[in-house]
Amino acid sequence: MDETTRESPPSRRAFLSRSLTAGAGLAALGGTGTATAAAPAVAAAAAVDPPETLPVSLTVNGRRRTLRTDPRTSLLDALREDLGLTGPKKGCNQGACGACTVLLDGTRILSCITFAVMFEGAEITTVEGLADGDRLHPVQRAFVEHDGFQCGFCTSGQITSAVGLLAENPRPSTAEIKELMSGNLCRCAAYPNIVAAVESAAEGRS
Amino acid sequence: MRPFHYTRAGDVAEALRILSQDEGAALIAGGTDLVTLMRDGISGPSHLVDVNGLGLDEVRWLPGGGVRLGAMCRNAANDSRLRRAYPVLSEALRSGASPQIRNRASVGGNLLQQTRCTYFRLPEFACNRRNAGSGCSALQGDSHAQAIFGASSQCVAVHPSDFSVALQALDAVVLTEGTRGRRRIPVDQFFRLPGDTPQVTTELRRDELIVGVELPDSPFAARSHYVKFRERASYAFALVSAAVAVEVRSGTVRSARVALGGVAAKPWRSQAAEEALVGARLNEETIAAAGDAAARGAQPQRHNAYKVELVRRVVRQALSELG
Ligand SMILES: Cc1cc2nc3c(=O)[nH]c(=O)nc-3n(C[C@H](O)[C@H](O)[C@H](O)COP(=O)(O)OP(=O)(O)OC[C@H]3O[C@@H](n4cnc5c(N)ncnc54)[C@H](O)[C@@H]3O)c2cc1C
Ligand code: FES
Ligand code: FES
Repeated sequence: MDETTRESPPSRRAFLSRSLTAGAGLAALGGTGTATAAAPAVAAAAAVDPPETLPVSLTVNGRRRTLRTDPRTSLLDALREDLGLTGPKKGCNQGACGACTVLLDGTRILSCITFAVMFEGAEITTVEGLADGDRLHPVQRAFVEHDGFQCGFCTSGQITSAVGLLAENPRPSTAEIKELMSGNLCRCAAYPNIVAAVESAAEGRS
Repeated sequence: MRPFHYTRAGDVAEALRILSQDEGAALIAGGTDLVTLMRDGISGPSHLVDVNGLGLDEVRWLPGGGVRLGAMCRNAANDSRLRRAYPVLSEALRSGASPQIRNRASVGGNLLQQTRCTYFRLPEFACNRRNAGSGCSALQGDSHAQAIFGASSQCVAVHPSDFSVALQALDAVVLTEGTRGRRRIPVDQFFRLPGDTPQVTTELRRDELIVGVELPDSPFAARSHYVKFRERASYAFALVSAAVAVEVRSGTVRSARVALGGVAAKPWRSQAAEEALVGARLNEETIAAAGDAAARGAQPQRHNAYKVELVRRVVRQALSELG
C-alpha cells in the first residue's frame, strides 16, 4: 500500500495526554476547582473551539503518508502517535537531548521542537527506515558490534544522528565524532562505545 | 499550548500582510526556540506564519565586496569561501547548539532567539521582559549567568547567540522588509539594552521581517577568531565568549574589533579593547592590555563576578590564538 490516509483515530495515550492539556488550559483560564478529574476535559471542549486540523502529506521511510493534524502537534508526536513510529524517543521534549533525532531529506534534525504541519512534501527517515529488510544499516551493525548502548533509550537517536553525521562528514576524526555527536546525550554514559561504533562505521565506508 | 492558525507563506508580501493584519501573528522559521517557548506558555501566538517557503536561503557575494546571508540560511551554513573570508562567523556558528539544531535553526531566528534566563523561561516567576512591570526575579535570585554590562534595574538577562557576537565584530547590517519598506539596521543598533523597557529587545517592528544580514568587506575580517567559554566542552551556551578581528600592517594593528557574548542583553562591542590594540604591535603586552580594557566598567551581579575575570582571559585567548 503506497498511500495511507488516516484521520488519526485517538489512541488511548493521545486521548489521555490531550485531556491533560485541556485540563491544564482550563485551570489557567481560572476554572473552578470543584470539577472531578474527568470533567474539565468536557467543560473545556464546550468552552473553546475545537482545534483546527490541517492535512499534511509527507514521505516517511519511503512511504507516502497523509494525516490530519492539530497544528500544535510536534513532528515527534505525529511520528509516534499518529504513524506509530516509536523509534524516535521523547527524552526532554525541548531540544536538549537528541533522542528524537530524525533525518529530513537526509539531514539530521530534532523532531520535538518543530511542528508536523511544517513538513508538507518533506521526506523523513526515522530509525525504523534505516535497515534494508533484515539487513541492518552499517551504523546499526556497528552499534551492536561495539555495544554502543546500555539501557537503549538514547540509541535510536544516536544511530540516526550518526547516519546524519557520516553524510555530512564521511571521515570524521575521533575528536570530530565527539564534538559532532554532542547533540545526543546518553544517561548511561555509553559514550566510549558509541564513539567506537561511529568510528568503525566510518571506516567501513571508506 | 494555545491553539493557533497556521499559514505557510508563499512570499514575503503574504507574510507581511498577515503580520500587519493580525496582532497575534508570529513568524516561525526553524522553530528551535519558538516551539519550546509556546509549549512552556511563554509565547502564545494566535497565528503562525511559516517562512520556510520564502526562499531567502542564499549566500550571495556582492560585486562591490561583502556578502549577504539570507534570513533562511541555516546555522549549519558551511561555505568554504565564507570560512576563509570571515573565520569568526563560521567558528561562532559551529560553536552554537548541536548539529541537529544548526541544521534547522535559521539566521533570522538566531538573531531573535530569546534569552535563556531561567526566570524568563519559567512563567511562575516574575519577569519584566516577559510581563512588563511584574518585576525581575533574577535580582534576588540566581544571577550566575546574568549580565555584567548594560543591565538595568529592570532586567539583567543576556542574549544567548554566538552568531550575533561574530556579526557585531564584523560590522554586519540586518536587512529588514516591512509594510513600510526596507531598512538596513547595523547590528549594534538592532539589539536594544533593557533600560526601562526590557520587553522590547530589538529594533524590529511588528510588521517587519528579517530578510538577511550583510557582512561588509573589511580589512580585519579575514584575520578573525571566536572563543567560547562554557560549562562543558560542547552543546552549551556561552558563559563568556569573544569575537575578535584584527588588521595588522607592517607589524602594527591598523584596525580591530572586539565583541563579547554572554555578558549583556546584546552582543557587546568593547571599543576600549579595540583602542588598546590600534596603533600597537600585537604582542603579549598589548593583548593583556586589551583584555583588561574589555573588562573595565563591568558591573557584576551577586553571583557572577567570575565573568569579569573570564572576559579578560577569553579576550586574551582569542587574540593570542590569532597568531
Ligand atoms: C538545546 C539548545 C541549545 C542551544 N545552544 C545554542 C548556543 O550554544 N548558541 C546559540 O547561539 N544558540 C543556541 N541555541 C539557540 C538556537 O541557535 C536558536 O534556537 C535558533 O537559532 C533559532 O532559530 P530558528 O530558525 O529555529 O528560530 P525560531 O524558533 O523559528 O524563531 C525564533 C524567533 O525568531 C523569529 N523569526 C524567525 N525568523 C524570522 C525572520 N526571518 N524575521 C523575523 N522574525 C523571525 C520568530 O518569530 C521567533 O520569535 C540553542 C537552542 C537549543 C534548543
Ligand atoms: S526529545 Fe527532542 S531533543 Fe530531547
Ligand atoms: S544507553 Fe541508556 S541513555 Fe544511552
